[in-house]
Amino acid sequence: MKMIHSLFLINCSGDIFLEKHWKSVVSQSVCDYFFEAQEKAIDVENVPPVISTPHHYLISIYRDKIFFVSVIQTEVPPLFVIEFLHRVADTFQDYFGECSETAIKDNVVIVYELLEEMLDNGFPLATESNILKELIKPPTILRSVVNSITGSSNVGDTLPTGQLSNIPWRRAGVKYTNNEAYFDVIEEIDAIIDKSGSTVFAEIQGVIDSCIKLSGMPDLSLSFMNPRLLDDVSFHPCIRFKRWESERVLSFIPPDGNFRLISYRVSSQNLVAIPVYVKHLISFKENSSSGRFDVTIGPKQNMGKTVEGVVMTVHMPKAVLNMNLTATQGSYTFDPVTKVLAWDVGKITPQKLPNLKGIVNLQSGAPKPEENPSLNIQFKIQQLAISGLKVNRLDMYGEKYKPFKGVKYITKAGKFQVRT
Amino acid sequence: MTDSKYFTTTKKGEIFELKAELNSDKKEKKKEAVKKVIASMTVGKDVSALFPDVVNCMQTDNLELKKLVYLYLMNYAKSQPDMAIMAVNTFVKDCEDPNPLIRALAVRTMGCIRVDKITEYLCEPLRKCLKDEDPYVRKTAAVCVAKLHDINAQLVEDQGFLDTLKDLISDSNPMVVANAVAALSEIAESHPSSNLLDLNPQSINKLLTALNECTEWGQIFILDCLANYMPKDDREAQSICERVTPRLSHANSAVVLSAVKVLMKFMEMLSKDLDYYGTLLKKLAPPLVTLLSAEPELQYVALRNINLIVQKRPEILKHEMKVFFVKYNDPIYVKLEKLDIMIRLASQANIAQVLAELKEYATEVDVDFVRKAVRAIGRCAIKVEQSAERCVSTLLDLIQTKVNYVVQEAIVVIKDIFRKYPNKYESVIATLCENLDSLDEPEARAAMIWIVGEYAERIDNADELLESFLEGFHDESTQVQLQLLTAIVKLFLKKPTETQELVQQVLSLATQDSDNPDLRDRGYIYWRLLSTDPVAAKEVVLAEKPLISEETDLIEPTLLDELICYIGTLASVYHKPPSAFVEGSRGVVHKSLPPRTGSSESAESPDAAPSAGQAAEQPAVIPAQGDLLGDLLNLDLGPPVSGPPLAASSVQMGAVDLLGGGLDSLMGDESEGLRSDVGGSPAMGGSGFTAPGPAAPAAMGAPLGSGLGDLFDLTGGVGTLSGSYVAPKTVWLPAMKAKGLEISGTFSRQVGSICMDLVLTNKALQVMSDFAIQFNRNSFGLAPAAPLQVHAPLAPNQSVEISLPLNTVGSVMKMDPLNNLQVAVKNNIDVFYFSTLYPLHILFVEDGKMERQMFLATWKDIPNENEAQFQIKDCSLNADAVSSKLQGSNIFTIAKRNVEGQDMLYQSLKLTNGIWVLAELRIQPSNPSFTLSLKCRAPEVSQYVYQAYDAILKN
Repeated sequence: MKMIHSLFLINCSGDIFLEKHWKSVVSQSVCDYFFEAQEKAIDVENVPPVISTPHHYLISIYRDKIFFVSVIQTEVPPLFVIEFLHRVADTFQDYFGECSETAIKDNVVIVYELLEEMLDNGFPLATESNILKELIKPPTILRSVVNSITGSSNVGDTLPTGQLSNIPWRRAGVKYTNNEAYFDVIEEIDAIIDKSGSTVFAEIQGVIDSCIKLSGMPDLSLSFMNPRLLDDVSFHPCIRFKRWESERVLSFIPPDGNFRLISYRVSSQNLVAIPVYVKHLISFKENSSSGRFDVTIGPKQNMGKTVEGVVMTVHMPKAVLNMNLTATQGSYTFDPVTKVLAWDVGKITPQKLPNLKGIVNLQSGAPKPEENPSLNIQFKIQQLAISGLKVNRLDMYGEKYKPFKGVKYITKAGKFQVRT
Repeated sequence: MTDSKYFTTTKKGEIFELKAELNSDKKEKKKEAVKKVIASMTVGKDVSALFPDVVNCMQTDNLELKKLVYLYLMNYAKSQPDMAIMAVNTFVKDCEDPNPLIRALAVRTMGCIRVDKITEYLCEPLRKCLKDEDPYVRKTAAVCVAKLHDINAQLVEDQGFLDTLKDLISDSNPMVVANAVAALSEIAESHPSSNLLDLNPQSINKLLTALNECTEWGQIFILDCLANYMPKDDREAQSICERVTPRLSHANSAVVLSAVKVLMKFMEMLSKDLDYYGTLLKKLAPPLVTLLSAEPELQYVALRNINLIVQKRPEILKHEMKVFFVKYNDPIYVKLEKLDIMIRLASQANIAQVLAELKEYATEVDVDFVRKAVRAIGRCAIKVEQSAERCVSTLLDLIQTKVNYVVQEAIVVIKDIFRKYPNKYESVIATLCENLDSLDEPEARAAMIWIVGEYAERIDNADELLESFLEGFHDESTQVQLQLLTAIVKLFLKKPTETQELVQQVLSLATQDSDNPDLRDRGYIYWRLLSTDPVAAKEVVLAEKPLISEETDLIEPTLLDELICYIGTLASVYHKPPSAFVEGSRGVVHKSLPPRTGSSESAESPDAAPSAGQAAEQPAVIPAQGDLLGDLLNLDLGPPVSGPPLAASSVQMGAVDLLGGGLDSLMGDESEGLRSDVGGSPAMGGSGFTAPGPAAPAAMGAPLGSGLGDLFDLTGGVGTLSGSYVAPKTVWLPAMKAKGLEISGTFSRQVGSICMDLVLTNKALQVMSDFAIQFNRNSFGLAPAAPLQVHAPLAPNQSVEISLPLNTVGSVMKMDPLNNLQVAVKNNIDVFYFSTLYPLHILFVEDGKMERQMFLATWKDIPNENEAQFQIKDCSLNADAVSSKLQGSNIFTIAKRNVEGQDMLYQSLKLTNGIWVLAELRIQPSNPSFTLSLKCRAPEVSQYVYQAYDAILKN
C-alpha cells in the first residue's frame, strides 16, 4: 500500500507507548530492527532515518524525545513520509500544547481519532490544523468538564468547510471583535567560523511567522522595501505565486491563527554580517594533566543593537575531568558526565567584554586530546533582521474593517559554531 | 480529566469489566467503555474478545461513538470475519446518510475492513459514492477503489470501477482529481502492463491545472504521475516544466523533490542551447540547497538525492560547495553524505577550501567520519590533479598525528594515489614504512605490502619488511596473504639474487600449507611462470598497470539515468533500482530518461521504446548466462592492482567459451565445428563467426518461390541511385541489458547490397573491445558478409557507427514473425543476444520488374486464395509520386490505369530468394486510404510486403 502501514511511538528508554495500524496489525517485533540501529548509533540523534528490514522499511523521525517510527511495505517517497510524520508531531503540539509522551498518553483517544483523520489507507486526508480542529475539537479543561456533565462530544459532526474549497487552509465564518495581523520576521544565522576568526560559511535562514486574527475572508498584500533579498523562498500554499513572480508582492488569503507565511534563505554569496566575535585560547599541555581555557566574546556589526541572551556551549574532549573557571559575567556549569560546558552570558556590553577563563583538569595518564572542541554560540538581537529585510506595507482587501497591524524583527544564532 | 484514566485496571479482570460496561444502558458509560477499549488497543493489548460487544454499540447517533467503534472494527475485523458481517447493515445504511461526513466515513471504513464477505456488500454503496454530489465523498470513494483493488482486484475490474476512476481525473474538484490519480497510480503499480493512466496532452493539461489547486499531498501524487509521462517533443516538455517550476517554492519538501524529479527528467529533452535550459538549471539550485536547512531526516533523504543530481548534472550545484560543509553537531548520517557530495563537487577552483575543511574533519571525534574524511582527501588527489601534491602533504601531516585509524586510512589512500600518479610521490615511502608496526587492519596491511612490493627496488630493506609479515602468514586475512604473495614475487623479479629463499618460502606457504583455493591457484601460477619462463613472468607480473581514475566511485551511467527517474523514492535513498530491493515488486517497469530532441530520432522515440522492449523480450528463450564471467574476475581477490594481465587473459578465454555455449542454443547442432575453432584463438573470434560457406543458397529458393524469377532477369531494374527507404535507427539492445553496451540500428539497401547500420555506444565505465557479431538462421538467410569491424577499442561514453554489409547466403530457417532476426554480439565483457525485425524491402532486388504479359499471366495463374488485401491509411501522395517513391525501394510500376477516377497501379517486386510478389494499388484522389492487393505464391510474405509499402509511403 501507499505510504504508511503502521506507526509506533517510542520513548527514549525504548518503550513503545502507542501503535496505530492503518491496514493490518504489524507485530511490535518489527521495532527490534529499530532498536538495533538505535543501539549501534549510541547517540539518539544519530539513528538513521531509513532502515531496511527483511519485509519492511522503517522510516523514523526524532522529535521532542519521541521516535515516530513508521512501517512501510512498498516503494514510497521517504520525504513524503517524513514530512507527514513531522506534521503529526506538529498537530500533537498544536492540540496538547506539547508533544510529549505524557501529553499523548493523557489524550490517547484524541490522538487515535486524529491519526485516523489524517491518514486514510496511506493517503493523507486532512493535515491542516484548522480542518482537523473542526473535525476533532482540541481538549480544554473546560470542555472536558462540560462534556462529562452534558455528555456531548468533542467530535464535530459537520463537514469542515475548508476541506474542499480552493482555500483549504481557511475556514468560513471567522469572526473577531479585535481584528489583528502580526508578522514576526525571524532570522537565524548559521555560520562556521574558523580558528583564525574568518568565516568559513555563513547564511541566514529566515521565516515570517504570522498570527492573523481577521474576520471574514480578508485578502492581504504584504510588500517589502527590498524584495530582491528574497531569491530563495518557500511559500505557504496560500501565497499566489504568479503575483510574487511578477510584482514581488506576497498576496494571499491567510489561514486563521498562527502559521508560517514564508521561509527564505539568504545565502553566503551575499555578505552575511556576523554580529559577534570570539577570542579563544584552549590548550592542553603534553604529559601534564591540565590545560588552559580562556574565551572572550565581543560584539561586532550589530547596527547599534544589543546582543543578548548569549549562551556558549562546548563539548569538551572525553579526557576532561573537571574545569575550574572564573566568569566575569554570567554563570557557567560543567557536566563531568556529558562533558558539556555551558556558559550563560546574558547581554554583551561593549565596555566590559564577558570573559571565562581558568584551568582544565584532565584525566591523569590519558594522552593529550587530539581534537579541539567547537564552541556553539547562541544569541538574540531584538528589532533587527540581520539580512536587512524590511516590510514596506500591508494592505487588506475584501473586508471593510480596519485591522491592527504589527511587524516585529528578531535575529538569532542558528547553528553558529566557532572552531578552535 | 485525562485519558490516562482509561489505562487503570482493576484486579477483577479488565475484559470482564469492560464487557459489562459496554452492555450498559447508559450512553455515557458505553462511550467511556469504548474509549477504554481503544486505549488498550493503542498500546498493543489484544481486546478482540470484546468484538460483539463493541459492534453492538455501532448503531448510534453519536458521531464520536460511531467513529470509535469504526476504529475498533478496522483493527479487528480481519480476525473475526464472521462477526464483522454484523456491521454490514449499519455501513450500508450510513452510506445513505444525508450528512456527507457520515457517508464518507462509512465508505472509507468499509474499505478498510479486509474481509471478503464484506467487500461484496461494498460494491453498491461504493458505486453510489463515486458519483456522489459531494466532492468530499467522491474523493474518499476514489481512495476506496484502491483499497478494494488490493483486496480483490478482479472484483474491481468486473464492476467497472476502474473506468469510473478514470472519469474522476476530469472531475471539477482538484482534490478529487488528485485522489483519483493517487488511486490509479497505486493500482497501476500492481499492474505494470495495464494502461491505466493513459496520459495524453489533454489529460496532462487537466493534471497541471489540478496541480495548482490541490493539497500538498495531492501535488505529490500528481507530480509523480507526471514524471511517468513522455512528452512528444521538446516544446511540450518545456511547457510542462514551466508549469511545474512554481512547485519548487513549496514549503513541503516532498513536493519540491517530486518537482525536481519531473524537471530533471524532462530537461533531458531540452536542447542545451536553449535559453530556457539555462534558466531551469539556475532555478534548480536554490530549492535543493533549502532542503538542507530542514530537519536532519529530511536533509538525509535530500542529500542522497543531491548525490545523484550532482553526478547527472554537476553544473546545478557547482557554486554551492559551502552549504555541504559539515557542522560538528550534524547527525553522523548527514555528515557522511555531505562529505561524499563535497568530493563530487571538488574542482580546481574550490579544492583549497575543500582540503582545509577535510583536514579539520580529520581531527574530529567520530571515528567513522574521520576515516571517511581521510579517504576523501585521497579521492580529491585522484580527482583534481593540481591538488595531488597538497593532498599528499596533508595526508603526511595526518600520519604524524599517529592516531592509529587515521594512519591506516591514510596509507590505504596513498596507495591509490601511487596508482594514479606513478613515480611521483615515492619520497614519502620512508615515512610510511615507519608506521609499519602500527597497522592492524587487513586493508591497511595489504596496501602497505603492495607499496613495498611495487617499489621494492627503492626500498633497501624491502626483503626484511616483507619477511616480517611472512612470519604470521597463516594468521593473516586472505587479502593480505594474496598481496604478500604477489609482493614477494615482484621483489624476487626485481632483486632475484638476494630473495630466492624468500620466494621459495612464500610459494610453499601458499601452495602447500594453505586451504584457500584462490591462494593456492595464484601460488601455482606464479610458481610455474617463474620456473618455466622468468622473462615472461617478469612481463606478466611487472606489467604496466592501467591508471585508476576517480570514476571508480561514480554510479554507472545507465543506472544513474534510471535512478534519476526515481528521485525522491526509496530507490534514490539506496541508490539501487527498485527491482533490486522492493519486496513483491510485481514486475517493476524499468524507467528511462527521455532521449534528447533536436535530432531526427526524437519523433520516433516513443514508438521506439515499445519495440525495443519487444526485441529485448524475445531472446529470453536463450538460457540466462550464469555468473561464470563474474567468478573468473573475482579470482583476483586482492585489490585490483595485482596482476591485471592474468585477469584479462582469463576474461577473454571465458568470454569465448561463453559465446560458444550461447551459440549452441542459438544455432542448434551446426555450430559444433565452429566452437572448437573459436576457442583456440580469441582474437580470431570475429572471423570465426561468418556464416558457413556459400553451399546453401542453391537449395533455399526452391521450396518457396518457383523457378519463374530467373526467367525474367533480362528486364533489369533501372539503377536507382537514390537508394531505398531507410528507417530511423531504433534501440535494439538497451545498455541496461548488455552491461553498458547499447546498440541501435536500422537496415538499408543501396545499389544491390544490404547493410545493417549500427551504432554501438559504450555506456559502461570500462573500455570495450573485441567485438564480433553473428546471426541465427533466419527466414531469408541473412548473414553478415564481413566481420564486425570496430577499429579502436570503444572508450566509455563513446559511440561508433558501423555499416555491416549483409548477404543472403546464410542458412535458412523459417522464423515467426517471418522477418525476425536473432543476433548475438560479443565483446570483451560478455555475449549479448537480441532480436529485431527487419523491413522486408531490404530484400527487394533491383531486377524486380516483370514483363507486362508475364504479369498478367502470373496474376491469373496465382490462385485467388493467395490474394491478400490491405489498407494504407493517411497517405496524401498522388499516383505518380507513389510510383516514383516505391521505385526507389525496388517496387516497380508496370502499368497504370484510370478507372472511374481511381488510379490503379500494377506493380511487381522480387525478393532475394526469388519470390515474386504482384501488387495492385488503388488510389482515389479524394481518399487518403489506398487499397493494396497482393498476390504471391508464398502468401505468408504478403503481410510483410504490406508493412514495407506502408513504411516507404509514409516516409
